[in-house]
Amino acid sequence: MTAAAPAARSAPRFEPALMRRKLTGTIFYGACLASIAFLMLALALLLFDVLTRGLPWLDLDFLTHPPSARPARAGVLTSFIGSLEIGVIVGALAFPIGVAAAIYLAEYAADSRLNRLLQTNISNLAGVPSIIYGILGLSVFVRLANLGPTVLAGALTLTLLILPVVIIASIEALRAVPDAQREGAYALGASRWQMVRRSILPAAAPGIMTGIILAMARAIGEAAPLIIIGAFTFVTFVPNPISGQYTVLPIQIFGWAQQPQADFQGISAAAIIVILALMLILNGLAIIVRARLSRHIQW
Amino acid sequence: MITTRPSRLAALALTATFAFAACGGGATPSPTGATPTNGGPTEPPAESMEPLSGTIAIDGSSTVFPITQIVAEDFQIEHSDVQVPVAFSGTGGGFKKFCAGETEINDASRPIKADDEGEGIACDANGVEWVELQVAIDGLTVVVNPANDFAACLSVAELATIYGPDSPEHLLWSEVRAGFPSEEVQRFMPGADSGTFDYFTEEINGEVDSSTSWAVQSEDDNTLVTGVAGDTYAIGYFGYAYYVENTDKLKAVEVDGGNGCVAPTDESINSNEYSPLSRPLFIYPDVSKAKERPELKAFIDFYLANTQAYSSEVGYVALPDDLLAAEVAEWEAAAGG
Amino acid sequence: MSAASITLTHRRPIGERIIERLLFLAAALGVLTTLGIIAVLAFETVEFFLQISPIDFFTGTRWSALIKPQSFGVLALVSGTLLVTAIALVIAVPLGLLAAVLLAEYAGTRFRTIVKPILETIAGVPTIVLGFFGLNFIAPHILRPLLGADNIGVFSALNGGIVVGLLITPLIASISEDAMRAVPRGMREGAFAMGATKFEVVRKVVFPAALSGIMASVILAMSRAIGETMAVVLTVGTKPQFTFDPTESVQTMTAFIVQISIGETAQGSIEFKSLFAVGATLFVMTLALNLLSGWVVRRFRTGYS
Repeated sequence: MTAAAPAARSAPRFEPALMRRKLTGTIFYGACLASIAFLMLALALLLFDVLTRGLPWLDLDFLTHPPSARPARAGVLTSFIGSLEIGVIVGALAFPIGVAAAIYLAEYAADSRLNRLLQTNISNLAGVPSIIYGILGLSVFVRLANLGPTVLAGALTLTLLILPVVIIASIEALRAVPDAQREGAYALGASRWQMVRRSILPAAAPGIMTGIILAMARAIGEAAPLIIIGAFTFVTFVPNPISGQYTVLPIQIFGWAQQPQADFQGISAAAIIVILALMLILNGLAIIVRARLSRHIQW
Repeated sequence: MITTRPSRLAALALTATFAFAACGGGATPSPTGATPTNGGPTEPPAESMEPLSGTIAIDGSSTVFPITQIVAEDFQIEHSDVQVPVAFSGTGGGFKKFCAGETEINDASRPIKADDEGEGIACDANGVEWVELQVAIDGLTVVVNPANDFAACLSVAELATIYGPDSPEHLLWSEVRAGFPSEEVQRFMPGADSGTFDYFTEEINGEVDSSTSWAVQSEDDNTLVTGVAGDTYAIGYFGYAYYVENTDKLKAVEVDGGNGCVAPTDESINSNEYSPLSRPLFIYPDVSKAKERPELKAFIDFYLANTQAYSSEVGYVALPDDLLAAEVAEWEAAAGG
Repeated sequence: MSAASITLTHRRPIGERIIERLLFLAAALGVLTTLGIIAVLAFETVEFFLQISPIDFFTGTRWSALIKPQSFGVLALVSGTLLVTAIALVIAVPLGLLAAVLLAEYAGTRFRTIVKPILETIAGVPTIVLGFFGLNFIAPHILRPLLGADNIGVFSALNGGIVVGLLITPLIASISEDAMRAVPRGMREGAFAMGATKFEVVRKVVFPAALSGIMASVILAMSRAIGETMAVVLTVGTKPQFTFDPTESVQTMTAFIVQISIGETAQGSIEFKSLFAVGATLFVMTLALNLLSGWVVRRFRTGYS
């Protein structure tokens, strides 16, 4: 008791210093806003640069013509279709495999060492640079399996690339479903697969679909792995999905920018607008899908 | 249930794409020799009795690519059942595929190496019969900034000082020739695996791929243009086409190859007066396939008939008439019979 | 954790077992992929090291695969990669964390509807587009006027770092935001109850609690930056040199791999094999970082009920 009193007398008086602390807080808030403003500015500059250089070249002809050595006739038709073909095949492959793997890891796997290893492996694969997948695809699909530089080889490579991302996103979506759903299904006598298929998957659907669409968008924007595989071709015909030589939008953009004629810079920028629009549509689609599918979920 | 809209949408999209491919003419490549040969060996290309069809795969040099690209494009417009995909994995890589029988024509910015395992020897081993046809001439142009008024003409030896393997990291113009300003030379050059680089280093430095590594390199020649145009004391080199497109931003250096200073122009490159930096551009068609497949023969005929116009359009220098006539004769002798 | 694995039937029907097997195979594909990557890289790398001494490779600072005289010192490429990555992190970590704090702590729904789409749009831009932005806009209109055309050229590590920094900012922002949002409200409210300002709550309560997630996000962003290809190919150039000067043009490991692939290099030559050796180095680096990130999360995760 007596020890406290002298301590209280010699201890410094607590200064709330509210003004200073609030000021610091406001400055910090300003810094946060500034960072967002900076990011907005960067994005705006990017769009401004691309639009001013590319819009003059963006017309219906551009969208419906195949590429040409002459800027006036050049168009994105074949590379756009090449990108779509890749996107569709990748989505069609990654969807079942990715969701199946995620279901196994989230619902079926016991918490054993083997399964934790599988999961760690997949999250590591998600971080492997895309160019390494290109090297893998070159050796395995193009050479070993003798598919050659075709759409199929490119699509298989990109599927491997985005599969880990799809799996992780799907696992998150599945784990977000409350256990009550599972236990309720079991209580009604469902087997595990019945429980998953009828109770969990529909609930996790928004997250899963969003993950897949975003992964497809990523695959469509990738250039490096396909360059390694050899998707660098001038084609004026629509590529046959299985055996055809092809090119995709990012690579077409890259190739055009390297042509000597100055007009091709504008053509390249116009192609950039097309791919940005495609990305925007896919991202928007992901948002819409998530919103519409989650309408039915209530817990 | 998960079996609703999204997967149906995907199925629809898949079907649409395949339908697209089917009607877009993306058919499977026709097997060689399946199309019946037309009559007469010297028949003019476009007016044959039956429409030509088939796939002509072309690969090779990225320097020759722009010409082959235009030829392929116009040929496909006239013969819509023929597909001509043109890739550009490089002269060497292209020869490998060509000699393995995977492509019908190889674009090349240098002659084939007859005693190389991957090229000449492989072609012989696989029965790939080729003929070397020159289609255009490229004049490698050395450029400086327009404000550069001292380096109007450089000798081969001086170029070697600038770009040679022993060139120091910081080289001054005054070290290139006494009387030049004491400013650092800002060097630009094409990427080390381009044919342009190979040719320049061989002619100027004496050995392929032997070069200074203290230059700013780029695979994209447009970047080199920007670099040289943006720096008063810069120097760079690339194909003639890139100079022709940017005469307002660059100044071409006259090169003294031993016979006085020669500026790169259509005429001086055509006559080989601009030396040693004039280089021939070739295509190597598969002769045995051309004898069996009329569309391939027609394509080469078309190429040779139009190469002068197309090479100029792209920015290279057209062959002189007598040289072209010789190439046509060589082609007819090899494949016409 | 998965739910209790009891079923009401006495034996599991065959259909169930088949389904389980199929699902397991799908998950095992991941292992197959990893083994494939390791096999492909290892095979050619071993062949490479039969001709080039590993010591020279890992300690040499001169990389000249295509220009004679040849030299295969990978440190030149590694320094290029690390230089670009460091600049990218210097830009992305503050930007990303500030954005994350804004989203997690300050933003109302109105803010979120503006800020989140912006972040997601930047994340969705194909990297080649960002690379062209750097080449055509940032270098000529921002860097060269600002720093002087004599001091910085068309290509520079700085330009690459800026572009890659923009690329990885959304990654840091979204993962850190998730980590911060996971901090229970109770902890914040306790601090508020003691009279802390909002900034102090963030600084002293939320941030430390979310630290493991934030650190993991930075490490993941670093791994992404190291593996980035197209954006650096266009902005950084092709001049492998061992330097830490951001105004210099350098070359990253990824850019070298692309250069060899596009070019006229004969497959089977030593230059081509060096592609795999560099790829293997890259793979090991990113793998180490990813494992580190996982370890950091486990080690530093603050548990709160």
